Amino acid sequence: MALSQSEVLAGLAEIVNDETGIAAEAVQLDKSFTDDLDIDSISMMTIVVNAEDKFGVKIPDEEVKNLVTVGDAVNFISNAQ
Amino acid sequence: MKIVVTGVGATTPLGGDARSTWKALLAGESGISTIDKEWVAQYELPVTFAGQAKVNAAEVLSPQEIKRLDPSSQFALIAAREAWADAGTPDVAPERLAVEYATGIGGVWTLLDAYDALKEKGPRRVLPMTIPMLMPNGPAAAIGMAIAARGGVRTAVSACASSTEAVANAIARLQSGEIDVVVAGGCEAGIHPLPLAAFAAMHALSKRNDNPAGASRPYDVNRDGFVMGEGAGALVLETEAHAKARGARIYAELVGGSVTSDAHHITAPDPEGTGAARAVVAALKQANAKPEDVVHINAHATSTPVGDIAEYTALLRVFGDHLGKIAVSATKSSTGHLLGGAGAIEAIFTVLALAERTAPPTINLENQDPAIPLDVVTSPRALPEGPILAISTSFGFGGHNAVIAFRSYEG
Repeated sequence: MALSQSEVLAGLAEIVNDETGIAAEAVQLDKSFTDDLDIDSISMMTIVVNAEDKFGVKIPDEEVKNLVTVGDAVNFISNAQ
Repeated sequence: MKIVVTGVGATTPLGGDARSTWKALLAGESGISTIDKEWVAQYELPVTFAGQAKVNAAEVLSPQEIKRLDPSSQFALIAAREAWADAGTPDVAPERLAVEYATGIGGVWTLLDAYDALKEKGPRRVLPMTIPMLMPNGPAAAIGMAIAARGGVRTAVSACASSTEAVANAIARLQSGEIDVVVAGGCEAGIHPLPLAAFAAMHALSKRNDNPAGASRPYDVNRDGFVMGEGAGALVLETEAHAKARGARIYAELVGGSVTSDAHHITAPDPEGTGAARAVVAALKQANAKPEDVVHINAHATSTPVGDIAEYTALLRVFGDHLGKIAVSATKSSTGHLLGGAGAIEAIFTVLALAERTAPPTINLENQDPAIPLDVVTSPRALPEGPILAISTSFGFGGHNAVIAFRSYEG
């Protein structure tokens, strides 16, 4: 069963917190991974792989550059489910 | 130009910091115990014990630091932060602050975990941080970032001589006039089934599985190999002028450091000990000292049958009759052998021995090898008043010899 957008956001926030220590509440839909959350490309790749495992989706490498905001990632994951 | 030691930090099998490690060492404790991990039985390892870090790094560092640093870098960061705080968090221009930080093996856990991930789950599950975590300069780089050192971050890699070489290398940096402060030392986190199996395969390790605490017994007639240890040590070294200007507490003076090589055999020490002796002589010359000035030696003394004899031969070559008057401590009897971290913690022990005028004990010496008639310290022994000199020796596979010399600081 597909998760709701808010459930995907909560799960993604947990992954980001686990990898970077950023508070889960700070991971909001309009935040940019690089500009707002200061997440580097290496951490981003780890987040992507962990998100694939958690949500059972495939996020191709060439797609990662399009995931600028948290909302982009949540939408991609929700649509891919 | 005088170079002084103003801070020390460590995490070792005896304690989670330098002070508790020193206290346990003086109390004659052993940091060696049975490894309580399922992989010991899984791989039927012939050696089932080691000197494991007394305090788990996860209790000290943040979850993100644990995730992004190899265990060797975790230990390094813990030791360096303690040393930096112990030195009073020196106010120094980043361009005049350098790091000389060693490891013997590097990120062996990271490398082998990543290989397991590759085999079991495929390339996409290999952590993107794998390379920076496994590289041998990782610990030095982690320290450099933590203290904002921009004067150069370097890593000596010379097996078990690595961190003594790192301390020796700091001398030239400080004497160049370009650098005021150096954080020096080394680390190791190699208690993993592969290095254990490999060292056991070369018959380098003690097999005293039924008595881990009694296994590391330098100079004892029944010694049967070294005991692997893990952890890190760090020293803050600075020019005396810089230390005095900021009113720093000074433990001791670093007066000499020398590195030589045997070109004899990849693992066996030169039985004549000429290369090791040259390193001692050069360190003393740099210290402007005579062999008769040395009152204490923290010996390499790993508890291997051939290594302990070879070191004795080298020391006898330099000190002659005076050798019998030197208080020799073999502290690996308590800590095990920290490989690339060994020289760093032994440098700290040497510095504290001078600062507190106390040579630490050698444990497990029940029946001293008659072929090694050294004056081995077996319970804490007072060192003389007045200016005194001590050396610490380290030797590594590859024929590396490194020796550093410290003098008591008289102000």
